[in-house]
Amino acid sequence: MKTVIKAVNLVRRIEGAVTATLINGVDLNVEKGEFVAITGPSGSGKSSLLYLLGLLDAPSEGEIYLLGQETSKMSESERADLRLKSIGFIFQFHFLLPEFSALDNVVLPMRTLGRLSLSDMRERAASLLTSLGLGEQISKRPNQLSGGQRQRVAIARALSNEPEIIMADEPTGALDTVSTEQVFSILRDVADRGTTVVCVTHDMALAARADRRVNVVDGKIAEITFNPRSVSHCGELLHSDHTPTVASA
Amino acid sequence: MNLLVEIAWAHVTTRIRQTSVAIGGVAIGVGFTILMAGLMQGSQKDFVRQLVDTMPHVTVKDERISTSRLAAEEKYAVVQARNPVVTEKRTGIRDPRAVLTLLRSWVPGGIAPSTKVSTMLQFGSGRVGVTVMGIDPREEEGVSRLASQMRSGQLNDLYKASNGIIIGVALAKKFGARVGTNVTVSAGEVQISGTVVGTFSSGLRDVDESQVYTLMRTAQVLAGNQGLVNEIRVHLKDALLAPDVAKRIQQQTEYRAVSWQEANADLLSSFKIRDLIMYLVMGAMLLVSTFGIYSIISTIISEKRHDIAIMKSFGMKEGFVRGIFITESAIIGGLGILAGWLIGYLLCWGVSKITYTNPLNGETQAIYIYYAMTYYIAVAMVALVSCTGAAYIPVRKATRVHPVDIIRGAA
Repeated sequence: MKTVIKAVNLVRRIEGAVTATLINGVDLNVEKGEFVAITGPSGSGKSSLLYLLGLLDAPSEGEIYLLGQETSKMSESERADLRLKSIGFIFQFHFLLPEFSALDNVVLPMRTLGRLSLSDMRERAASLLTSLGLGEQISKRPNQLSGGQRQRVAIARALSNEPEIIMADEPTGALDTVSTEQVFSILRDVADRGTTVVCVTHDMALAARADRRVNVVDGKIAEITFNPRSVSHCGELLHSDHTPTVASA
Repeated sequence: MNLLVEIAWAHVTTRIRQTSVAIGGVAIGVGFTILMAGLMQGSQKDFVRQLVDTMPHVTVKDERISTSRLAAEEKYAVVQARNPVVTEKRTGIRDPRAVLTLLRSWVPGGIAPSTKVSTMLQFGSGRVGVTVMGIDPREEEGVSRLASQMRSGQLNDLYKASNGIIIGVALAKKFGARVGTNVTVSAGEVQISGTVVGTFSSGLRDVDESQVYTLMRTAQVLAGNQGLVNEIRVHLKDALLAPDVAKRIQQQTEYRAVSWQEANADLLSSFKIRDLIMYLVMGAMLLVSTFGIYSIISTIISEKRHDIAIMKSFGMKEGFVRGIFITESAIIGGLGILAGWLIGYLLCWGVSKITYTNPLNGETQAIYIYYAMTYYIAVAMVALVSCTGAAYIPVRKATRVHPVDIIRGAA
């Protein structure tokens, strides 16, 4: 399997009157098409880890290889370029632009990248929204959509540039159970089609449906659990050189 | 449409009321600045126009530009003089006819000789010191607007009476004189009796009260010097050529020639200070008018922190995000400028309809407004620069915000 994300001895400190260590020595490899759930108690550093892996933040120490590129020494502008091309983000809050329709919100990252013609972008956005069950909603504005619909538009936006990696930070945190189920099965489906998904969640039932559950405590990986559904997958990982160290809490 | 402009347009148009207030601020600033420029420049130009109309453009005086040579200097190559006493007698322009012929050969405009004498004017009831200006009525029309400034009588009436005299309306009123009133004019030993044949109003009180016109002959009698011409007045077709013409006349005739600009140098330099004050006030007005932009851009940015965060998170560059908000201020500024142009034009038009009574000549006049395209463009440029400047302060702060900080806060 191809390694998509490789983190080596990641440390993230916030310097101040009191120096806080958010992430304290994390090693992690994520393979292509893998669905990794990051769990942990609040304040454990699980979101911080996601932001580091998603290049939204830079580590104080350690290295992150993303699609084979070492990124920790990159400039903000280079990281922005890599995010635009290769990473799709989903947050707990949808962050859709309120003045734009669902379709235009999905088109936005494509226009920023500028790889397709405007009509191709619109076509792709419409088919993405339709595939997520929003065919009727493409011209509606965010305030005309329900919470679950908004989050699905946000997923379509994350998928718009066909990224290799989806980074999701509590994507179901603000949703009801029906919407939660929808969003989660979409992410599961995305991973099954070969896009790597890294998802922070505190919902253990959902985490159990990921290929692997990484439990973060006090800025360190406390436990890694491989879920039975992808046993064969895990087997490979266990025998690879990149087996993550399983630290004890 | 360009993505940047599209987002900016969406932000601006979804806040119609706030945007309108900001546009209104710029529009009022631009409008009143234009009005002020038109008024200030208008009154200044109007004043200069009156000045140029009333005054000779170049006055050639009977004053030699070089000090006369000592008698010894005529004889010897080298002369050492100790405390020479130079008594310069102003005896008028020597051979005025030759000078006039020379000037008429090239000067573009009217030329007229005159004889100026300081005299005492005595009416039945009182005395007043005035300057008698001996003129040639046939030539006068070419150098001054006296003919059109006549309130009673005509220039040619000077020929009708012996020692006919034209006095200012103000002076006539002061002494209850009118056409036909007898006056006594005295200059030194000479005393003549004359008759008022007309009145004039120049628009300048000083001139109206202290200057009277007679035929040159009469003035020469008063001066006790037959054939005296001590001033040649030149009225150019283009008043702005005066300094050059004056310089050339001075070189040719060796008589002092003064352009109207030189004669009014203090006045013209006071215009410079006036201009400076005008520009400062206009600048301040424009600056204040952009405060609205600062406020609306700050508001939009604080409302749009989430949008900024998400756009940056999926890879929009800082410069692009900055561009969005700068474009917003440019849109508001641009619309404000357009509205301001209209307001400014209408204000100018309205003010130009206001009339007032000129205290000098009692005429009803409209306020003079100077219209110039350059003001509209200059004001727009300054307004646009201040608008983007006003927006830049909040924009720079906003785009520096790290998306993680906002995303954490929102979750």
